[in-house]
Amino acid sequence: MWSLSNISQSIDQWLNANFSPSIALLFEGLIVAMLVIGLFSVLGLVLIMMERKVSAYMQIRLGPNRVGPKGMFQTVADTLKLMVKEGITPDGADKFLFNLAPFIVMIAAMLLLAPIAFANNFQIWDVNIGVLYISAISSVSVIGILMAGWASNNKYSLLGAMRSGAQIVSYELSAGLSIITIVILTGSLKITDIVNSQADGWWIFKGHLPVWISFVIFIIAVTAETNRAPFDLAEAESELTAGFHTEYSGMKFALFFLAEYVNIFIVCAIGATLFLGGWMPFHLGHWQGFNHIMDYIPSSIWFFGKTFFLIFVIMWFRWTFPRLRIDQLLNLEWKYLLPISMFNLLLVTLMAILGWHF
Amino acid sequence: MFLTNYIKEVFGAIKSLGTGMKRTLYYFTHHKEIITQQYPDNKETLVFPERFRGEVVMPHDEKNEHRCTGCTACELACPNGTIKVVTKFEIMPDGKKKKAIDKLVYHLELCTMCNLCIEACPSDAIKMAQSFEHSVYDRSELTKVLNNPGSKIMDGVE
Repeated sequence: MWSLSNISQSIDQWLNANFSPSIALLFEGLIVAMLVIGLFSVLGLVLIMMERKVSAYMQIRLGPNRVGPKGMFQTVADTLKLMVKEGITPDGADKFLFNLAPFIVMIAAMLLLAPIAFANNFQIWDVNIGVLYISAISSVSVIGILMAGWASNNKYSLLGAMRSGAQIVSYELSAGLSIITIVILTGSLKITDIVNSQADGWWIFKGHLPVWISFVIFIIAVTAETNRAPFDLAEAESELTAGFHTEYSGMKFALFFLAEYVNIFIVCAIGATLFLGGWMPFHLGHWQGFNHIMDYIPSSIWFFGKTFFLIFVIMWFRWTFPRLRIDQLLNLEWKYLLPISMFNLLLVTLMAILGWHF
Repeated sequence: MFLTNYIKEVFGAIKSLGTGMKRTLYYFTHHKEIITQQYPDNKETLVFPERFRGEVVMPHDEKNEHRCTGCTACELACPNGTIKVVTKFEIMPDGKKKKAIDKLVYHLELCTMCNLCIEACPSDAIKMAQSFEHSVYDRSELTKVLNNPGSKIMDGVE
């Protein structure tokens, strides 16, 4: 049957048969780098188009519909425009940090892609501390944002960056706690183990109400972590023009923009892996016939389907809810999400010890 | 007490957020609700709201007759001198003189579409049209004469 892991294995065999192992590894590294960059650019184009269409339909508009069939080439045209624009560095800016910041944000996003399982047996790096690695690296991007805000030498940028710092530091907590609930149930930090533990049903079905609560908290927290509405205080247009990327233009701005969408994809992929079974097809207990039919759908389609569903949910949030104030934002985290997720963690632990889940 | 309030608040928040999300999902799935007008493409089928005010016009019937008596109520009602009524005296068949309009000059470039002239008119001689493509190459083209050349007042309008 067609699958991504078969393709990657046959490429690996061909390279090892024709070159020495170190050269083969080098080629494989290059191929992976090309695939990551390719995935990033495709994701940028697709997700921006999706966001514009989703927002348009939710606001009873039509959205882009002139360039190409149904406006599908609008984002391509926008990207071309951004590429030929001049990348201005302001005179008062700290030149080195200003130019470094977008790359740090981008590199943090690229590093996060490593442990994600895109399909059955198709993963860049199956590290045994996968979930810990993800929660560690996802806080690196705040350094890039703070750097951009500080180096711009602009009060709006600095305010946006500081807000973003406060926001990410506080929402990491509840995101981390809701990830831990799944780690408790699985007993492993490895992404492969987490996905395999959901072979007889996704955690969201097996884990009863506590996993539902931690799923909702996870979605809220990652929406805040990716700086998207209703938590987009870091770039609140009506207050701070564009927040930390006010002074950026051209391709450097495009990198920030792309990193935002890639981050959405990554957090949704993590959410899909932890709660919705990653590439695991929809299995119902030990119902063999039904499970076999579901296995015919390739695992990569399951993974991308779930991920795009979660991306749609996050876009749905963005175009429904108004933006919170900074005090409301911190209230929500420290007075509601954190106590609830701590209590929920206790419940899940109890459930895991007593074996109440399926 | 504190705990029940806390739980109530959480559930109230979830409920109200759910209401909002339900509405946007309804709009997302029901494309017939879309209100965007694709303007230059749908010029033929463009539908305006009834009370849309484009410009002041004077309707004439098929005998080239209008209902304007030349009373200058519209000119007096206009807040910024958009309308100028030029009157003349017509000799009636029985030899009497009667006041009538020679020209009703309308300055579209000054008009604010406030509708006061239409409400002031005692004989419903003028009304708001729904035309809106007013751009011209010269400003003088915006000064219009509302009554057709050679038009007369309708019988029975005093």
